[in-house]
Amino acid sequence: MEVSKIAEELRNLGIEEEVAELIASAFLPVELTVTIEELLEMQIEKAYSEDIVVMLGSGKDREVKLSEIELKLNKIELPEKIKAELKEKLKVKAVRKKLSSEKLNDILSTVLSKYEEAKIDPREAVGIVAAQSIGEPGTQMTMRTFHYAGVGAIYITLGLPRLIEIVDARKSLSTPTMKIKLLEKYAKDRNKAEELAMEIQETYISDIGKIETSIEDMSVWLSLDEQELKTRNIKREEVVTKIKGIDADILVEAMEDGQLRIYDKNYSNSLHDLSKLGKKVSTTLVEGIEGIKRVLVRRDKEEYVLYTVGSELKKLKNQKIDGIDFTRTTTNNIAEIAEVLGIEAARNAIIEEMLGTLNEQGLDVDTRHITLIADAMTMDGEVKPIGRHGIAGEKASVLSRAAFEVTVDNLLAAAVHGETDELKGVTENVIAGQLIKLGTGAVELVVGKNPRERVQGGKGLRAKG
Amino acid sequence: MRTKKIKRIRFGLLSPKEIREMSASRIITPDTYGEDGFPIERGLVNQHIGVIDPGLRCKTCGGRMDECPGHFGRIDLEAAVIHIGYAKLIYKILMATCRKCGKVILGEEDRKKFLEDIAEYRDRQEDISDIVKLVFKEAAKKDVCMYCNELQQRIKYDKPTTYIEIDEEKRERRLMPTDVRERLERIPDEDIALFGMDAKNARPEWMVITVLPVPPVTARPSITLETGQRSEDDLTHKLVDIIRINQRFMENRDAGAPQLIIEDLWELLQYHVNTYFDNDIRGVPAARHRSGRPLKTISHRLKGKEGRFRGSLSGKRVNFSARTVISPDPDIDIDEVGVPEAIAKELTITVKVNERNLTMLQELVKHGKNYPGVNYVRRSDGRKIKVTASNYETLAEELEIGWKVERHIRDGDIVLFNRQPSLHRLSIMAHYVRIMPGKTFRINPTVCPPYNADFDGDEMNMHVLQTEEARAEARMLMAVARNIISPRFGKPIIGSLHDYITGIFLLTRGEKKIEKEITLDILYKIDVDGLAAPAGTFDHTSTPYWTGKQIFSMILPAGLNLEFPGKTCARCITVGAKCEKENCPRDAYVMIKDGELLCGIIDEVALGSFKGVIIERIFRRYGEEVTKVFIKNAARLAINYIKQAGFSFGISDEDIPIEGKEEIRIEAIREAEKKVEALIRAYEGGELEPLPGRTVDETLELLIMQELGRARDDSGDIAEKYLGIENSGVLMAKSGARGSLLNLTQMAACVGQQSVRGERIKRGYQGRTLPHFKPGDRSADARGFIRASFKDGLSPSEYFFHAVGGREALVDTAVRTSQSGYFQRRLINALQDLEVKDDGTVRDTRGIIVQFKYGDDGIDPSKGEFGKVVDIDEVINEAINR
Repeated sequence: MEVSKIAEELRNLGIEEEVAELIASAFLPVELTVTIEELLEMQIEKAYSEDIVVMLGSGKDREVKLSEIELKLNKIELPEKIKAELKEKLKVKAVRKKLSSEKLNDILSTVLSKYEEAKIDPREAVGIVAAQSIGEPGTQMTMRTFHYAGVGAIYITLGLPRLIEIVDARKSLSTPTMKIKLLEKYAKDRNKAEELAMEIQETYISDIGKIETSIEDMSVWLSLDEQELKTRNIKREEVVTKIKGIDADILVEAMEDGQLRIYDKNYSNSLHDLSKLGKKVSTTLVEGIEGIKRVLVRRDKEEYVLYTVGSELKKLKNQKIDGIDFTRTTTNNIAEIAEVLGIEAARNAIIEEMLGTLNEQGLDVDTRHITLIADAMTMDGEVKPIGRHGIAGEKASVLSRAAFEVTVDNLLAAAVHGETDELKGVTENVIAGQLIKLGTGAVELVVGKNPRERVQGGKGLRAKG
Repeated sequence: MRTKKIKRIRFGLLSPKEIREMSASRIITPDTYGEDGFPIERGLVNQHIGVIDPGLRCKTCGGRMDECPGHFGRIDLEAAVIHIGYAKLIYKILMATCRKCGKVILGEEDRKKFLEDIAEYRDRQEDISDIVKLVFKEAAKKDVCMYCNELQQRIKYDKPTTYIEIDEEKRERRLMPTDVRERLERIPDEDIALFGMDAKNARPEWMVITVLPVPPVTARPSITLETGQRSEDDLTHKLVDIIRINQRFMENRDAGAPQLIIEDLWELLQYHVNTYFDNDIRGVPAARHRSGRPLKTISHRLKGKEGRFRGSLSGKRVNFSARTVISPDPDIDIDEVGVPEAIAKELTITVKVNERNLTMLQELVKHGKNYPGVNYVRRSDGRKIKVTASNYETLAEELEIGWKVERHIRDGDIVLFNRQPSLHRLSIMAHYVRIMPGKTFRINPTVCPPYNADFDGDEMNMHVLQTEEARAEARMLMAVARNIISPRFGKPIIGSLHDYITGIFLLTRGEKKIEKEITLDILYKIDVDGLAAPAGTFDHTSTPYWTGKQIFSMILPAGLNLEFPGKTCARCITVGAKCEKENCPRDAYVMIKDGELLCGIIDEVALGSFKGVIIERIFRRYGEEVTKVFIKNAARLAINYIKQAGFSFGISDEDIPIEGKEEIRIEAIREAEKKVEALIRAYEGGELEPLPGRTVDETLELLIMQELGRARDDSGDIAEKYLGIENSGVLMAKSGARGSLLNLTQMAACVGQQSVRGERIKRGYQGRTLPHFKPGDRSADARGFIRASFKDGLSPSEYFFHAVGGREALVDTAVRTSQSGYFQRRLINALQDLEVKDDGTVRDTRGIIVQFKYGDDGIDPSKGEFGKVVDIDEVINEAINR
């Protein structure tokens, strides 16, 4: 990429393509500032050399071109986030002509060295630090399970119970909820939002009409509430087809007064059957997604967003409701995300949810700790809980498992399977009374026969194993 | 000294042969001690399997009481019994193998596949239990053995240890343990691999016990009661039972007793062996002591928090430690700990005598046990001599190079200091010792936040390090100064608190003109290089003065540049206004240039723990030593100033003038109550419109809560107005030193609504909370609204409601501590083995990669700047302005 860019600039200066690329590639790995002498020495024609020098600029106090910033940035090894920020800020300075080549180099090397300094030390016990960083604020969290997401809105589990829920990788949450966003074109349309809300919210026949069972004619009578039908945007015919859809044997007759008579073709005299039919009818879903108990429309900054009670990401995806932007729709149910969107999405969801829960309580925890927990939970393709049935229970070490929970069972099983504990982890070595092979325990001090004599080839520290 | 290292531990079943080989004695008598008071030969405490009496010698190894670790014995069981821990597995194996030829009833192909899978999983150190489960399932399905064509019969497993075979005609036949054993013996070695077993480690028939190992007496010592009576360990009691029944079984069998009696005894033996292993098997009555207490048998010893694994192996008791109450001492450094002399005299550090320290150590030995002295001396030949009043003089003279001296700890020694619960690594930090009079540990109050300590009776532990490596590590990694930044969020966890913040806040607030004498007083005991030039002279005089900001600047390191909004910032930007920065009317914008505080009030945001913007910047730029000094100086400065200015808070500071009280009563509370009444009227009249997605009742409650919440806030505002900005309470709240405006509101103006589970209080009598109210009364008073302030005092019903609300808070804390404790234990257990490898990846003990780059960017959370990896703005600015 860099080569092609530099080549293009050279071409703009009237240098032939081949030569340009050759020169570009020759100079790329080294400093971008070159002198004519150097170029001549490399047997590049004078005319070209002059052009190149003009293009690249020469002398230390010359101003830096934007392309140079880009090129140099691409060459140094920095995380993308820092690079982007640097690029942005340097360009501002460059445009204001405040940046000399020397200063640019200065800045880049300072940033690079600061980055190197900030890197994590090898052999650091990051797992323990992460666990402590999340566990310690746990003691400070309120137990208050429920919290209003604004007035008159939805309950959401928060605080410690929510953290435990995430870490347990529970399939069914105590308060599942989705945040559904609309397509750009509808995002500011309140009516459309309301309409969609009605379309998503589960509606049973019992919600839109009164059901009575009559022993007189052994049938179920349904009188639909016109008002409800209107607000929910449901047509009578739809209801009728839905009822017919329950069972081929069910017949529906529309009466003049608007009531619907529902009865079984295989006429039965049993009262039990009748009440069963009544129940069946009342629990028939007319519209919406089963499991989404309530949908609320709320204004979130500039757009209208649907908040739901109950989460059914898979069904929402499959129903392909027009107007919904599925790509911007989220749920707090991590298991659903894993199923519908995959493990990477689940990992990100764990990070988001944990960070959100902690921040809501006003607790500050570095993302990296949470990232590590999320990665540990998702590393082999499925969301595994932290605990006896998940990560802690699958550890290689017998002693570590025995020391955690279900001591006796673990020992019995280990004996039968002839397991071997390699004593690599923390707990095992504590049990054996040995040095833990993490952090400073991972290295040994090597001293020669003569203590003043440096050990050959090393700086005195040697990694174990 | 070279110690042997355990490289790996292999688990397996003991075969009868192995048990016999390791047994030092075959035990046949159920008795323990004879009439002469000596252990009985062949008895349960016989001298071949270990000694617990002083003076006796082990007859196996010849060791004395504390030398001989004990030896196993054995009981040869007359009748085989099932091992209770494997009863279920035995059942599964019986179901999966042929009753005649013993082979696992699986076709060649299945066999091969399963074996390959098991080998592969083993190789990856993964759990094979899922495959084994499948083997059992598949093999149990087959009705006929494909190898010998034997028709298989169904087996019924009757918990805990009975197996019954049912033939085609539904006739039942009990499989006695001996039958079971015979069947298991028939299984070929290559077949048991399918169960994830290995013939070398665990043959299935070893799960049927024929020889019972008897643990050494040292593992079940008897205790002598005051009466001189011996009381045996629970395990011994259980073993006595087993031997008795074993003997009776033998006698009956030899006498040719009827089958029924034999079977009963067999069952009884099985019961005793079962409870010997595990005394809380479901469906089996627990074996009890004579007193009715259930016996604690083997599984109890291993299980649970106090069990062998968690109680004795994962957690260990240590020497060289001390524990006492902590108390504050603002005059010691933040990385010091004041140690009482009494403790210093008990805890020692071993020093090897060499030519350089010989005189010094001789001097110490001459003090004997008096501080600073020596407790023990170890000669070159390894003999340890206690220093006593009679021998210290000779010892001091004898002392020579190569000896070791256990000297008392003294000023400057490094120790570990800890407060439980140790929730994070900052709960244990290294401090430097300072010996002091008194009986408590003294710490600088600034280090309270990482330990979460206060001085209401907290106790802390101290550990004296014993090796040079440990001391080096403590200094380099665990020293307080190195842990100012918390790895949790990359910001300071140590900083000013309470009066330190108030002091600096008062000092830097406004343009204080401070004369020279007082300036010097304030700077007392602070190491500053001379006094800065005075800011000016008092009006019409030549007397110079210094400003508070100037004085604060003197403790700032030179070259420090920093700008940030303080705690009092009104966040003008959020309402669309422009930040006035240095011209802020509230003086909330802090600007420091080249170590000079130009504007802004210094408060919690600048100095406090968990925030500490200035502290963080100093730490990044100047390192831990400068930061340590700065924190100490800031604290001293604050104390010196607050002593000058005077600061107190008492009950009268919560006084509000009568007109203020009236205003609160009429404009805030009365007004709100009127609105509440109106809401209730609307509700009762059916005019209340429900909020979307809510019932009318919920809506009413919600609106009332809102209204009453506002009433409290309003009365708080009124109270604040009357208290004024100079009120000590308001000052503390605004500076972030302690307490909040809500606390002040509750004390001075109105306590507000009490709640249970986020709702107004509604429980109690039918339809009402207390008999003082009418049923169905929804008014503020009847549902737990407290209009009084704490200062004014609560009415009886208000007091009651407050207690109701307070109870929830108490329950909450009690539940939370246990829940979060378990939560953390699980997290630690799951993640403790993760480590950054030399290549930057994060892996577990099996070498499986958890993250390719730690935290996706390989950055240490505690090493960034202001939450970022690099503060690019600063780098650019510095480069350009250079």
